[in-house]
Amino acid sequence: MFYREAGQFKTTYEADGQILPIRQDRVALLATLAVAVLVLPFVATPYFLSAILIPFLIFALAALGLNILTGYAGQLSLGTAAFMAVGAFASWNFVYRFPGLPILVAFALGGLCAAMVGIAFGLPSLRIRGFYLAASTLATQFFVVWCLTKIPALTGGSASGVITAQKIVILGYAFDTPQRKYVLVLLIVALMALLAKNMVRSNVGRSWMAVRDMDVAAEVIGIRLMRTKLLAFAVSSFYCGVAGALYAFAYLGTVEPEAYSLDLSFRILFMIIIGGVGSILGSFLGAAFIVLLPVGLNIVAHGLGLPTSVASNLELMVFGALIIFFLIVEPHGLARLWQIGKEKLRLWPFPH
Amino acid sequence: MNFFFEVLIGGLLSGVMYALVAIGFVLIYKASGVFNFAQGAMVFFAALTCVGFMDKFGMPLWLAIPATIVAMVILGLCIERVVLRPLVNQPEITLFMATIGLAFFLEGLAQLLWDSQVHQLVLPIEDVPLQSVLDRFNIVVSQFDVTAAAVCGVLVLLLAVLFAKTKVGRALRAVADDHQAALAVGIPLQRIWAILWAVAGVAALVAGLLWGARNGVQFALTFIALKALPVLILGGFTSVPGAIVGGLIIGASEKLAEVYIGPLVGGGIEGWFPYVLALLFLLVRPEGLFGEKIIRRI
Repeated sequence: MFYREAGQFKTTYEADGQILPIRQDRVALLATLAVAVLVLPFVATPYFLSAILIPFLIFALAALGLNILTGYAGQLSLGTAAFMAVGAFASWNFVYRFPGLPILVAFALGGLCAAMVGIAFGLPSLRIRGFYLAASTLATQFFVVWCLTKIPALTGGSASGVITAQKIVILGYAFDTPQRKYVLVLLIVALMALLAKNMVRSNVGRSWMAVRDMDVAAEVIGIRLMRTKLLAFAVSSFYCGVAGALYAFAYLGTVEPEAYSLDLSFRILFMIIIGGVGSILGSFLGAAFIVLLPVGLNIVAHGLGLPTSVASNLELMVFGALIIFFLIVEPHGLARLWQIGKEKLRLWPFPH
Repeated sequence: MNFFFEVLIGGLLSGVMYALVAIGFVLIYKASGVFNFAQGAMVFFAALTCVGFMDKFGMPLWLAIPATIVAMVILGLCIERVVLRPLVNQPEITLFMATIGLAFFLEGLAQLLWDSQVHQLVLPIEDVPLQSVLDRFNIVVSQFDVTAAAVCGVLVLLLAVLFAKTKVGRALRAVADDHQAALAVGIPLQRIWAILWAVAGVAALVAGLLWGARNGVQFALTFIALKALPVLILGGFTSVPGAIVGGLIIGASEKLAEVYIGPLVGGGIEGWFPYVLALLFLLVRPEGLFGEKIIRRI
């Protein structure tokens, strides 16, 4: 009843091919964005902004990156956190070594560095597939983190390995409160999500999906495997790199290799599994879920008076069980549930 | 020169321990096409359960081991029933991700049942240098490591016989090729999977006991799975001998690299060196040393 497309006629190809062809979706998205930009920064507590919303957006960006690689191009990766680390450290170095460099440019350059590392470690994907590739992406994870702890030039010679991230200042305007950081992160993430959505709808995205579905067949119909796979690695790592830079600058406030552990890679993998593999919306839903779940579990555990060690073990178990549950019941994740809900709403209140 | 041999032999023997974990992987992959990321968690679970039986219930070791075997068999049955059966004939990647979930679940469960402290595990094998080798060649070789290697050898022999000579072994290989085809010709897929996970659980127990006696039973045991991965890449996912040879190569090269290259670049390269080695190797032979050649058709 509320979600009906009757009367919405498409008279041009542009109208037919837009991202959200149904008016209600457009309105809903704009309303969400408006609330996120205009209302949330003023009503939400600083804790909520800095401990939930900012990490949610950053993880969503990283999940988006991994989703491009794994969900769209079909290359399973366990090294996401490494690309994030490269982005963070590269951004830090650019700001540190080139004073006066605009910080957004530094983020972009950090992303580009991550993209280059991504291409280097994506090269084996031309020869190896599936599990062999997944296992070898672990090489990225361990190697990058090792480099960052052992090579002093990368960390500005800091003895402790923990570096304070520079302040985010854009055109003389300091993004130092949770509200401002949140708005900045939100804008970057929204822009990059829009870019990603358009990318996967285009020629590039279609060739990624062809490679994912069957790479031999894709090659036969004239898709250049090498270029397509490496492009997927590059774009994905770029997204992860920017996410990593934001993670360090806007969330943690420090740049340290330990923050980018294998555990983080797994969490981001879980986000895309639970959210939906091969879905832009799914990256956001999955990130929200994984960020909120520990918070919710903590509240429950606190309410029941469980000791923290039990709570943290329960968290592991719930994570694991949920992964299995989603893979069995809904392999396409929350995004698919959302889609089913919309289809049901379209018919509601009539069953046919 | 003595030092070199000492490092080499130490590396080879620790490689045997990696191989022990890798065999658990190979077993499940070879026989069901599931890449079991939870093997490390199973090693941890098995070792912790065994120690838990001894600490909490006061069982002696000879009783705790069979009790743990029973527990691992039950665990295998549960995994088959709850996780694998609903995922029959799903893409391999889905099964792989399910085992990542399983790994998390088992880690949480193990620490919830028993606690998350570091436990001592004392096996009746002492970690002392073999005197005869020390006298003759002046090389330190741990008695414990040699015993571990022997246990590993026996395990491999048993598995080789299981795969090559028995009816169950043939069924296992059929299941690995194609779940549905195996079902169609009347192979009881569920029973096969249950047997397999139980056997893998027992292999995990062996590895867990040996590793646990060496380093203490603690959460770090799960990272052994990460050590076993390059061994698998190198040896090929489907080959038990590959796991052994891969383990030996990884173990030896890792220790040698740490001792001889490590100081030049700041040390601690043990963590990634095996991976990079395996990765370089894959570029030459994408299916691993003993892996089956993959032919792709449209």
